[in-house]
Amino acid sequence: MDIKDLIVDDRDRGVFRVHRSCMTSAGLFEQERERVLDRCWIYLGHESEVEAPGDYRRRTVAGRPLFFIRGKDGQVRVFLNSCPHRGAMICRRDAGNAGVLQCFYHAWSFSTDGDLIGVPGEDAYGPHFDRTEFCLKAPPRVDSYRGFHFVSFNPHVEDLVTYLAGARDYLDLVVDQAEEGMRVVPGSNRYTIKANWKLLAENSLDGYHLVPTHRTYVDYIAGFGTDDSGDTVSARPPGAAKALGGGHCVSENISRNGRPIARWHPVFGEEARERISLVRRRLVEKYGEERTYRMADTSRNLLIYPNLLIMDFVAISIRYIEPVAPDRMDVTAWHLVPREESGPALATRLDSYLTFLGPGGFATPDDVEVLESCQAGFRATEAEWSDISRGMLNPSPGTSDELQMRGFWRQWHAHMQGRNTTNVQDR
Amino acid sequence: MCRTGSLRNQVEDFLFREAALLDEWRLDEWVDLFTDDARYVVPSTDLPEGDPARDLVFIDDDIVRLRARVARLNSRHSHRESPRSRTRRFVSNVRVEETGDGELRVSANVLVYRFRSGEGAPYVGAIEYILRRDGGDLRIAYRRAVLDLEDLAWHGAVSIIL
Repeated sequence: MDIKDLIVDDRDRGVFRVHRSCMTSAGLFEQERERVLDRCWIYLGHESEVEAPGDYRRRTVAGRPLFFIRGKDGQVRVFLNSCPHRGAMICRRDAGNAGVLQCFYHAWSFSTDGDLIGVPGEDAYGPHFDRTEFCLKAPPRVDSYRGFHFVSFNPHVEDLVTYLAGARDYLDLVVDQAEEGMRVVPGSNRYTIKANWKLLAENSLDGYHLVPTHRTYVDYIAGFGTDDSGDTVSARPPGAAKALGGGHCVSENISRNGRPIARWHPVFGEEARERISLVRRRLVEKYGEERTYRMADTSRNLLIYPNLLIMDFVAISIRYIEPVAPDRMDVTAWHLVPREESGPALATRLDSYLTFLGPGGFATPDDVEVLESCQAGFRATEAEWSDISRGMLNPSPGTSDELQMRGFWRQWHAHMQGRNTTNVQDR
Repeated sequence: MCRTGSLRNQVEDFLFREAALLDEWRLDEWVDLFTDDARYVVPSTDLPEGDPARDLVFIDDDIVRLRARVARLNSRHSHRESPRSRTRRFVSNVRVEETGDGELRVSANVLVYRFRSGEGAPYVGAIEYILRRDGGDLRIAYRRAVLDLEDLAWHGAVSIIL
């Protein structure tokens, strides 16, 4: 099948279909690596993961072994995790601190800014040996936005802020919730889903599945009752789904459930009520009612195209999807919290995260199951198409419509055809 | 010496009974083994020493959420376990320490095989308990399942009780 025919997008009739080979074909998966993953900015890690000089973290990003390390000058640098000499991995732990990086094969050593500083028996190489040719190599492009570090294997990629397009405003809305900046708490949730990675990008934005798939979660929360005092949301328009340009999308919900910033709910317990209202007051003073409303009373599932999600609802999760094979993805999730929170405030937030999120939560296991079930169903190759047309004729699509998923797919389809941009005003 | 032996036997009997309740999906009976102030914790695989008050873990249930977890697992809407997986638990290397205040600090190695949808794989780890005497019975006041797995590549989730 020709790549241009993989998606049927008929805006007049409200038809949007994705051919299921997009999730199963090994050939398309290889093309996707080159045309999507290797042309975009891909998330690497958060600045708070390497607080002190010498702190490093190891990652696999778009298939490459990388690590990032904070230098003695305070700057974060990213390197390919492969010795320039013969290829062995320099960094062999997931996290740690190092003053000097030494390869364990022939003991070549490197400074934290990547310079080759030691070669045992260097004289044997002769007078033309040039240490500068053997510095640790960085990915072609490295950049960060408000603490989020990205890499790109495309030397010609647009700068990160341009790339983020309308997603930037939503990232700001997350980061601005903290008074003293955000940090990632220690520990990550790492799990594998035996399904195509794009299914999780879709699922993470899909408001339509929430009630049927996550009924046990919905029932659990409903069991705590609701808080109708000081209703700040009833008069507001319902949530919205948006394509933000560049394939980035958001599903923005009015939150009737609790948010650690800053909407109390009975699930948090009575003792948290006053504390959360103080946080809200602080936000209003700093940002005014309108922006506080957006921060505290709306939640957002934000896709930074192609494979990063910021899930800002019961808590803030950074969810990175590493495509491994057409039918396998590795997922890593981290918990992002305001630096100023500690003690009971942090405890409330950590607890809130675990109720829904994570592979031990009350909802994520069901998503894992449903995506694997879809992938298994795709083996019935006579059923060729998946439908993503919900709300396509709705002029102001809601969160259980699927504009946000179409935004992702349209950008993906454009990239697969070697084109760059799509129209932000999609339906 | 004799006393330690019989104490270990008593604790092992308790742990074997607990394992059977879990393998037989008798979860309502299982959750009744816990005290009202109990905690059930599963740390993240990359931070086995993780503290739920500070770090990201997989599970940190008080008794309210633990009972809700059981209610969820009993429901047919708990999709990862509906239909239920088959599990088989092997509990060994039991060590018992009396703490002096009527509580027992217990650790055991555990191997839980889980089979479902044509696939099977083990969860391997250790469980730390604080057991409290309640008349002639023991109750679980604290239960922490620490996985040796480096990630959840085999299972995708912690969808059963570990």
